[in-house]
This record gives sequence, C-alpha cells and structure tokens, in this order.
Amino acid sequence: MTVYLVRRVLQALLVVLAMSLIVFIGVYAIGDPVEILISPDADQIERERAVQALGLDLPLWQQYAVFLTKALQGDLGRSFVYNEPALKLILQRMPATMELAFGATIFALIIGLPLGLYAGLRPDSRFSRIIMAGSILGFSLPTFWVGLMLIMVFAVYLGWLPSTGRGETGTLLGLRWSFLTWDGLRHLAMPALNLSLFKISLVIRLTRAGVRETMLMDYVKFARAKGLSPARVIFVHVFKNILIPVVTVVGLELGSTIAFSVVTESVFAWPGMGKLIIDSINVLDRPVIVAYLMMIVLIFIAINLIVDLTYSLLDPRVRLESKGT
Amino acid sequence: MTGKLRKLASAATTAFIGLSAQGAVAQSVTMAVAAPVTSLDPHYHQLSPNNAVADTIFDKLVNTDATSTSIPGLALSWRAVEPNVWEFKLRPNVRFHNGNPFTAEDVAFTLQRLPNVPNSPSSFAAYSRPIQSMEIGDPLTIRFRTAAPHPLMPLDMTNVRILDRETHQNATTEDFNAGRAAIGTGPYRVVSHRSGDRIEFERNDNYWGDRAPFQRVIYRMITNDAARTAALLAGDVEFIDQVPTSDLAKLRQDNRIALSEVVGLRLIFLGLDHLRQANENSPFITDNDGRPLGRNPLQDVRVRRALSIAIDRKAIVDRVMEGAAIPAGQFLPEGVYTHVSGVTTPAFDPDAARRLLAEAGYPQGFRIQLNGPNDRYVNDARIIQAVGQMWTRIGVRTTVEAQPWTTFVGRAGRADFSAHLIGWGSNPDGSHPLRNVLATQTRERGWGSSNRGRYSNLRVDGLLDQSLVELDEPKRVQLVIEAQRIAAEDVAVIPLHIQTNIWGMRRHLAHDARNDELTRAQDVRPAAR
Repeated sequence: MTVYLVRRVLQALLVVLAMSLIVFIGVYAIGDPVEILISPDADQIERERAVQALGLDLPLWQQYAVFLTKALQGDLGRSFVYNEPALKLILQRMPATMELAFGATIFALIIGLPLGLYAGLRPDSRFSRIIMAGSILGFSLPTFWVGLMLIMVFAVYLGWLPSTGRGETGTLLGLRWSFLTWDGLRHLAMPALNLSLFKISLVIRLTRAGVRETMLMDYVKFARAKGLSPARVIFVHVFKNILIPVVTVVGLELGSTIAFSVVTESVFAWPGMGKLIIDSINVLDRPVIVAYLMMIVLIFIAINLIVDLTYSLLDPRVRLESKGT
Repeated sequence: MTGKLRKLASAATTAFIGLSAQGAVAQSVTMAVAAPVTSLDPHYHQLSPNNAVADTIFDKLVNTDATSTSIPGLALSWRAVEPNVWEFKLRPNVRFHNGNPFTAEDVAFTLQRLPNVPNSPSSFAAYSRPIQSMEIGDPLTIRFRTAAPHPLMPLDMTNVRILDRETHQNATTEDFNAGRAAIGTGPYRVVSHRSGDRIEFERNDNYWGDRAPFQRVIYRMITNDAARTAALLAGDVEFIDQVPTSDLAKLRQDNRIALSEVVGLRLIFLGLDHLRQANENSPFITDNDGRPLGRNPLQDVRVRRALSIAIDRKAIVDRVMEGAAIPAGQFLPEGVYTHVSGVTTPAFDPDAARRLLAEAGYPQGFRIQLNGPNDRYVNDARIIQAVGQMWTRIGVRTTVEAQPWTTFVGRAGRADFSAHLIGWGSNPDGSHPLRNVLATQTRERGWGSSNRGRYSNLRVDGLLDQSLVELDEPKRVQLVIEAQRIAAEDVAVIPLHIQTNIWGMRRHLAHDARNDELTRAQDVRPAAR
C-alpha cells in the first residue's frame, strides 16, 4: 500500500513538471502578453518597461528556470493582470467552483440513479423509453444553450430563480460558500443543474446497463429463489454491484467538472476558477494558467486515487498492489 | 370583457407594485458591466474598466464630462505661467473618504508614484515623464516644470487619479484590491470588492461635487453578452453596458427597458501595409494566379483610395452593426473640436474604384488577404467578411482570415499583414491618434507605437511636431486638424465606422451616456418622473 502511494505521488510530480513546461512553451507560441495587456497608447519606452517588469525580457529557458526555482519555494508567480500571487487567486475562487461541481454531482446521483434503476428494471415501459430518450438530449444539447434557455425560462419568464451570480454567502472554515444561505442555494440551483445534465444522462445509462446485466446473473436468480424480497434483491445485491462503474465514472467526471466548468461559469457569471482561467487565457496571464493547470493535474490525480481506494472497498477482489498504474 | 377587466386590474396592480418597488430600491442600484475590473489600484493597469471604477472612487486634477471635454476636477484652474511651467490651482476643502484633507503634497506624491508601481503591465508613467520638477507654492498651488513646452499637460492630467500621501505612502496594489487602500475623493467609496465578481459602493456624503444619486451601488461583472441581457430582462440587474447589437431590436421594443446611446470615440479602420516599398512584395498580396506581384500596390494612393471607396460603409453599419455605429472618414466624429471639417465619409462608388485601379496599373485587380481579430471589436469578424466581398466586387479578390486577438495583435504589431482590421479609441484630441497611429514609428519620441501599417509621412510628422510644443491653443488645434487632413487625403488608413456606445437599463433609471465608453456608477440616476 505504501509503495503504491509513493509511486503514485512520484508519477504526479512528473506529470506536473511536464505540464508546466508544455504550458510555458504553449503560451510563448501564442503571443506576447505585453502586447495584449498594454494600453494601446503606451509608447515604446513604456512597452519595454512592462516587458521587463513582467520578466519577459529573459530568454524563455531562463524564464522557466526562474519559475522552477520559485515554484520549489512554493511561489508559483504573480498574476500579470491582478498583481497577486497566482495560487491565492485560484484558491480564492475554488470554493465557488467546488460547490458547483459537487452540486452537479449530487444532482447527477439523486436524479440519475433512481431513473436509471427504473429504466433498467422496466426496460419496456413507456416511462423508461422517455427517460432514455431524455438522456440522449442530455448528452447532445450544448451546455451554453441549455444554460441560456434555463435563464430565459426560470429567471426571465417565470422569475422563480435569479439569473446569474452567486448570491449571499455564508462563511465556513474562513471561506465563502453559497450553499449555506437560502439565497445562495437559489443562485446555485440553475448552474448546478446545467452542469449536471450530461452527468445525469451518463449515470442513467450506466445504471440501466448495469441493472439489466446484473438482473440476469446467477446470484440474483439464486437470491430470488431463496425467497428474498424484491427490495432486498435490488438494493443490496444488485445495487452494490452496479455501483462500481458508476463510482468510477462519476469520480472522473467530478475532476473534469471542477477543471472545465468554464462554459457554465461564464453563462451564469459564477465567479469560480473556470471563469478565472478563461479570462487568463484571453490575456495570456501565464502565471495563472500554469498554476491552474498544475493544480488541476493534482486534483485529477487525487481523485483517481480516491476512486481506486473506493473501488477496493466496494469490490474486495480488487487489490491495489496488483494494479500497476 | 372580463378578460379585459382582469388585464386592466393586473396592469394596475403591476403598476402599483412597480411604484412601491421603485420607492424601495431608489436607495440602491445594481449594475452589470461586461469587462472585468482587474484592480482597484488606479495606477496599476491602464485599462478602460479599471479606469471607469477608478473615476468613481478617485478624482483627477482635470476631470472630463460626458463629451470628454476637460472640466475642473481637483484643480479649479490651470495655465502655463511660463512656456515650460504649468500652474494648477487646487480645489479647497476637499477631503478623502477617510477624512484626510487634499493638498498639493498629495498631487506631488501621486505623480511620483506613477512610474513606481511594481509589476504594472501598463503603467501611467508616460503622464509624469515630461515633468522635470514640481514646486509646491502654497497647499493649494502646484507647478510642474517641463523640459520643453508641453501643451498637452492638462489633457495628461485627465488620466491621473489623485491619491493621498498619508494613506497611500506604502500601499501596494494588493491593498487597493482588498479595498483597504481604495480611498479617494470621489463620489462613491468602496465597501467591498470581490475580484472578478462585484464591487459594492456607498455614497460619499462629503463629496465636493454633485451628491451621488444612490446610497448604495452594486457593480457586477457579467462577461457573457446573452447572460447580461437576460439578467437585465429578469430584473436581477437594473443597468448593463455593452448591449449586444443582436439584442438591440428586441430591447428597443421592450417597454420595461430604456437605452442610452452616444456616438463614441472608437474608430474601426483598416490598416494597410506601408512598410514594403513600391518595388517589394507585400506578404499577403499576389497576382490573380497566386504568384508574387513584385511590387506593393498599397504604396499607390490610387489603389488605397480605390479600396476605400469600394466599401459600402452604410451597408456595414446598417446590416452588420445593426445601426450601432456611424460611417466615418476620419478618426473623430463631428462635434469634437479636432474633427476635420471638409473630410467627409468616402462615398461608395465601385465604378470609380475600378477606374482608379486601372489607372494605377491593375485593370485586372490582384489578390489580397485581409486579417482581423474575431473577439475584440463589435462584430469584427463579420465586418472583414463584408469588406472582403466588396473588394472582390471591384476585382481585388480577397480572402479573409479572422483569429483570436491574442494571436492577432502580436503579428499586427510586427507589420506581418498586408491589410488588417483594428480599432482605435481616441481621447478627443486629434494629437492622440496622430501620435500613436499615424506618426512615423520612432522609439526615442515614443511615436507610432500603434502604427501597425508603418505609415510614414514627413508632412504629418512635421505638423505634429509643431503642435506638441504650441502653447497657443487655437493654433495648436489648427495644426492637429491640418495633420489629420493630410493623412486622410493620403488614405493613410481606411476608416470604416465609429462605434455607438449603448447602455441598457430598467425604465426607472436614467444615464448620462459617455463617448469615452466608461461605465461609471455616478452617471446612473433615477429617471425623472
């Protein structure tokens, strides 16, 4: 177990290093941040001063060396745009994104699991067909369009929910959270639902497939023959087995939701990390881009690890040591 | 009948609720702007959204009104007492939000801070650079000594927000962003700031000028155009800026919404390649078979004029811009004091354009690529598509390439293109576009830093040079106008249109539309009833 963990951590560091190098070269290839940040009427002297102030006058490899040296001391650089430590900027906005991602995941589970279970147990009923057709829509409709439609219907026409923003926040552990206040929850509902549509569909399909497959297994037939109640057969014997793929996929999806909720965040003006990263990319704010992507890599690795651990809890046959990667 | 009655009753109720709601909200207003404010430090990043917010919190020696005309701010009057010395008489009895008095010491401190803001990606240092020394006569008089006569000094001062020496001695950009140091003399003071999300303001009851209309202002940032409009329609915000042109028709018909509009100072134009000489190849121009031409047709003023009159500017304004612009033939719109009278919008005349091309030796035309950004200016990519079709009609077969600003602007700056679309937001003095866009690129003088076509005309340079040291204002304005006239007649660039700035608001609000595009909290007030 320890060997396994150490190996995972080393791998993580390697990926983070590679990531930072790729981003450095990538941003350099796209363009010059000063050209984008500088006021159009700045003269040449001012332009040269800005290039120097941001440390962009050094050759790229030196810039990278400076970055690495500082990164080893825990300093990922200051944002060109905000003049604040990149890491601080990201952490400030992390709670907003986290609660959005978890909200979406909860929606996916509480809506997706029951519907998928129903569709799996009664595959031929009309309601099941509606669920499955609906899940195709959930896969295929573009998020930004659905988001705007949600706003038009629930905020503009019905006026039930606020259209954008985070609303009132409560404080927990020194951070601001929307889910602690009623107003915040009302603001959270639409973006979380919008972000979860794809996931709901995914969970429905996975659950349905799992149920249909498992229901034909010998042990289920045996359990029924033993005279167990249908509820016990479904919720203990079937459910536990179909959860393995669902946990894996939902876990991985959580990572990509945290990292790439960009579209939903900008449509709903949700002040999270996704909005920060897209704004930063638009102005080539390299320190923020690098720090963000490094952190996302870490989050992905951590989630993968947790998924693997959960896996071994749900399925005792899985041995972590035996898994190479 | 009953239906009608019910409608009437409900309308009456709505009106009643509306009225009482207005009574309740008259003390506060929620605004949403499109561009994120990146810092509350007024000297950190020269950027319109930051400047708009800084104008709410701070004052300048010289303020500007909605038409960008200079008006007394923290200075009551100013004049050049000697050719090289400007004297500013300061406003008495002005206090900062924390109660500190405003004096000449604060002005001196502010100007010293400009070049010393660490890590600034675009500083205000250029405005203090001409000043060699400062003399404080009495607490309300300050003199700036310059190396040469500097007639633009008052105009420069419209960009410098004044800080308090005592409060801001060691204030960092982070202190400003946290709100701790965001203390000025302006009409509203900062209550809280959540970066990229919102700023909350409270009225400064001790403001020296007109009392701000609202007790509280919530200034939100909603970058997505459709979401911003939706928030206005849903009533979550009462005021938005940068109304998307695609929503204009709908909003004009909505009787809950009012719009405020004004012709701005941002010209959208085409820059042309003047860098390659007449006998050189321009990078994106070939003959009709795709072979190098061996010469740069854009060096011939007849070709430039042909390309200009081949464009139906009115069609672009009506169809692409949905009316949110006016066709233009020069940098500044009519009504601005450095507008060149007599230089009209080039009339659309494809036949004359073909004749000019033939005269210049291109009866069969040539091929060109027109480059432009696709995420910078209103409808930018669609404008170059329209221009491309119009050029193709006179025989200049045009391909169009739009790309993100991040990749576009660097290449444009290196003069990589033969023709490119770009915009210029002026201050109302014609010396601004002259110096930055039209003057020959010269590092020592700081000229032509945005001259991406590398236009160079000694007569324009000479007149600009004279104007920059001419203290007699009417004479200076004449020089600036003359230089612009020469550049326009020489088709240095091809002007397309000047954008209209449009704000949208709920009916209970009114707004003073500014031609400099700034969305300032103090310009929003309850509508007169």
